[in-house]
Amino acid sequence: MAENDVTESAITGARIRERRIAAGIRQAELAERAGISASYLNLIEHNRRRIGGRILLRIAAVLGVEPTLLTRGAAAGLVAGLREAAVDMPEDAPDRAKPEEFAERFPEWAGLLLRTRGKVDALERAVRTLTDRLAHDPNLAERLHEVLSVVTAIRSTASILVDTPELERDWQRRFHRNINEDSARLAEGAEALVRYLDAAPDDAEVILSPQDELDAFLEAHGYHFPALEDGTERDVLAVLAAADHLTSDAARNLAELQLMHYLRDARRLPLADLEAALAALGPDPLALAARCGVSPGLAFRRLAALPTETAGELGYALCDGSGVLVMRRPVAGFSLPRLSGGCPIWPLYAALAQPGTPLRLRVAQVGPDRRVFTASAFSEVSTQTGYNQPPPRRAYMLLVPAAAPAAAASPVTAETDAEAPIELGVTCRVCTRASCAARREPSILREEF
Amino acid sequence: MGNKVLLIEDEPNIIEAISFILSRDGMEVKTHSNGVDAVEVVGREAPDMLILDVMLPGRSGYDILSDLRADAATAALPVLMLTARGQTRDREMAERLGASRYMTKPFSNADVLQAVRDLVTT
Repeated sequence: MAENDVTESAITGARIRERRIAAGIRQAELAERAGISASYLNLIEHNRRRIGGRILLRIAAVLGVEPTLLTRGAAAGLVAGLREAAVDMPEDAPDRAKPEEFAERFPEWAGLLLRTRGKVDALERAVRTLTDRLAHDPNLAERLHEVLSVVTAIRSTASILVDTPELERDWQRRFHRNINEDSARLAEGAEALVRYLDAAPDDAEVILSPQDELDAFLEAHGYHFPALEDGTERDVLAVLAAADHLTSDAARNLAELQLMHYLRDARRLPLADLEAALAALGPDPLALAARCGVSPGLAFRRLAALPTETAGELGYALCDGSGVLVMRRPVAGFSLPRLSGGCPIWPLYAALAQPGTPLRLRVAQVGPDRRVFTASAFSEVSTQTGYNQPPPRRAYMLLVPAAAPAAAASPVTAETDAEAPIELGVTCRVCTRASCAARREPSILREEF
Repeated sequence: MGNKVLLIEDEPNIIEAISFILSRDGMEVKTHSNGVDAVEVVGREAPDMLILDVMLPGRSGYDILSDLRADAATAALPVLMLTARGQTRDREMAERLGASRYMTKPFSNADVLQAVRDLVTT
């Protein structure tokens, strides 16, 4: 008999015995009602005979339980799930022989634990995309602390249930009740956390800083301001006056600065010229700049300010000389951190180190929502400085989904489409990319969860 | 009765679980769930060791530890800090204030039990 068969049979026998005793039925009585001899039942209960088929069905009927509850089969999925959990946390995994026993004796609780684990996985995904809020948002830190405390309580209580062989019935009931309460709290906490992380930008509760307010304001307008395409400073003030998302003076000043830049850029590269070049060349900033006779930086900024219906789906990031992202246009499949620096191997930072050298690469960000993009990046140094003043520099990165029809129109993109994408991260704290020479700190996803 | 352990923690089911495992190990466990009067409770209970959560209602575990270390009667009391904050600066803060051990949630029962055993025998 294979080792697994021994375990399976042993658990079925022990399970029958446990159920019989719990039901207050003597061995001889169960044997008689199931149509077998008492000595044969005794052998089954003590794991010296395998059981299956009609005898199992008759015993289950007498005991008033589903036959699968007496066999390992009912718990196979649970056991597999528990084993996966043990692999995820090898240092904390209990005895290897315990998953079968736990799943057999407490299938509902084992199921609850696995569902809880699923919720923790969902939380990890949420944390992966917005982790840079962790260090800056006390409200979020408090919510996460609460979730971790409940996880701790569940883990501790579940361990007691598994590791205490002769646990009194009162304690069992009490700990089962605690797990039940805590799992409900965890579900509520996890849902609240996901709601919080996914909250719409116009939810005042999640607006944290002037930069957040500006992000929400730009997103609400789709990064495009028709009134400023052929407008004046008065139109900027009119747009600001109508803005619901700008509650602080600091955010309003930031937005005003941003819109004034928008106005100047629109005058230098008018929308009609840009649209005509875009139709011919696709979202290729370098080619557009050459066609329109403007600087590459201006072409990046103007592309980033086009509505999706004109430019197609695209993402954009602008960083200053320190690498901090000062403007973001998020795109599905490529997370852009809100407050911390991004992944050091982004083309954005390679461009920052080589002002004037345009870069174009196929990239994909590691993670569950992996998607291939054509990333164009460029860095420029401002010439508007005084004597002995270090010139500010900034870098742009434009992300176009590789499969987007608009991207295929670009001859440069077509040349590089066959290449394997470079794997990038979001930011080191939530990156699971192995053996990265550019890593600046450990990932919390593996260390903390 | 064995060593006396005082557990200051505001999560009721963590209190119940830790109390259970320490009691089964022969220890006398006292519990408290508020930060405001925690220092007074330590003085009154005079435990052999203290398990102290960092985020407590009313007062931070760090502030409580700081007060305990400043008082000659509790300066040498073994203290195990529990926290859900695993950042390096939190660990450094706990060490600087004189925590004997530091444990991050979620922890295992076996680790807590071993840490408490180590601390009550030192």
